[in-house]
Amino acid sequence: MSALIEVRDLAVTFGSRQSQVQAVQNVSFDVQQGESFGLVGESGSGKSTVLRAICGLAPTSAGTIKIDGKLLASPRDPAFYAQVQMVFQDPYGSIHPRHTIDRVLSEPLAIHGFKNAEDRIEKALNDVGLGGGFRFRFPHQLSGGQRQRVAIARALILEPQILLLDEPTSALDASIQAEVLNLLDALRIEKGLTYLLVSHDLAVVAHMCERLLVMQHGTRVEELTRTALQGRDATQKYTQQLLVASEGFKAP
Amino acid sequence: MTDMLQVEGLNVSFPSRDGPVRVVRDVTFTLGRERLGIVGESGSGKSQTGRAILGLTPASATVTADKLSFDGIDLRHASAKTWRSLRGPRMSMIMQDPKYSLNPVMTVGRQIVEAYRRRGDATRTDARNRAVAMLEAVQIRDPERVFEAYPHELSGGMGQRAMIAMMLIAEPDLLIADEVTSALDVTVQLDVLRILDGLVRDRGMGLIFISHDLRLVSSFCDRVLVMYAGRVVEEIAARDLHSAQHPYTQGLLNCLPQIDGDSGPLQTLTRDPAWLA
Repeated sequence: MSALIEVRDLAVTFGSRQSQVQAVQNVSFDVQQGESFGLVGESGSGKSTVLRAICGLAPTSAGTIKIDGKLLASPRDPAFYAQVQMVFQDPYGSIHPRHTIDRVLSEPLAIHGFKNAEDRIEKALNDVGLGGGFRFRFPHQLSGGQRQRVAIARALILEPQILLLDEPTSALDASIQAEVLNLLDALRIEKGLTYLLVSHDLAVVAHMCERLLVMQHGTRVEELTRTALQGRDATQKYTQQLLVASEGFKAP
Repeated sequence: MTDMLQVEGLNVSFPSRDGPVRVVRDVTFTLGRERLGIVGESGSGKSQTGRAILGLTPASATVTADKLSFDGIDLRHASAKTWRSLRGPRMSMIMQDPKYSLNPVMTVGRQIVEAYRRRGDATRTDARNRAVAMLEAVQIRDPERVFEAYPHELSGGMGQRAMIAMMLIAEPDLLIADEVTSALDVTVQLDVLRILDGLVRDRGMGLIFISHDLRLVSSFCDRVLVMYAGRVVEEIAARDLHSAQHPYTQGLLNCLPQIDGDSGPLQTLTRDPAWLA
């Protein structure tokens, strides 16, 4: 069986010839259908850039990305976005402040020419646990957790197979984070979704993902399964450092 | 040993169309030369508590307290002159967001030098060397470049570390750290905590560490105040945190995912209106 997402030797370079930044170099991984795969690393490690490259938001300078065994067209066609949707980190910045939730959710439907917008919006809001009462509110009338639910609803409304999640809970309080993670978990099982989750928090990735890739300075460090992570079975020094750091502060 | 900071019955309220909103309610605590953590969700009044201590509450708000004293000085009726002599050299605050708290039209180096020279009569070269050394101490790899850089040329984590360097260079007696490590990577987080730890240990600085990260606070601080809706619901020694009594504290602890946890649903927090009574 071939993988649903197949990334081979991906490289992303920003800047002109004088000052080039290699944001991602030689990153390869596979994600199977129905799996949840995590990308972990510190800021600047290129983990978000990998997601953006898959979405066509960052220029790939080398390597290939295949979805369902097919090479992606560049620029991406509408069919791609019906299959792959992204949820961004900051729910305060990723939703138009002067559009109602209804308008935010109807836009992808209009682009893709769906007729039954009414029902789909109702259903998407119910799916993320918001209900129809939120439909004609503006983003500033919602809390951070509710906004992130709207962002998830917007991604789900096209019924994609794959969700790219870029730090979906890092802007939220711990108590709200638990609610959003539970929601994402439940939706994955219910709809058979495939997740590619980026996070700097090892605990979040260990909770959500079966396998994960650790990245540093734009390159891969190592790939681990959840069981290996829980057994502290990391072979690379950097991963071990991350594991120690996630246990909190120890007085010297 | 007398406590450096004494707070009794601190209230902060903001006016609104529906009457005053009380964001801090009857907060009472003392601080010696130790690490005190304040934990709570956003909107629980932890930052406003820190700001009220430094007299940085916005002018529209009302601050009342039965007692608010630092080192024997009554802060409630402090004059502008007293505040100037206190803020910076004696007590200071590391703000949460470097994007809004650094001056965008001054280089980082100039801002740090300014903070250092305010506390004494250091020469220009002396101050510069201290500033570069301080930037190095907060684990900035290329301190000379950062010294000459403007805030917009730095990443969030770098800006945060520059802020920390600026506040630490004046070597205050009381430092309020408001979510300083939230924007940093875990590995850098520990470096910053080590610096703060050193200052408390070696210089006897008092530290108020405001954070929403209960796990971090419990491993770093001596004592923890848990705040909910402007009120301190529980005060507890950090090492006893796992046996916390208040359901809110327990809820905050249990909703964190853990590396060794199972993949079942996380516990979510149910809020009880009775907590406000």
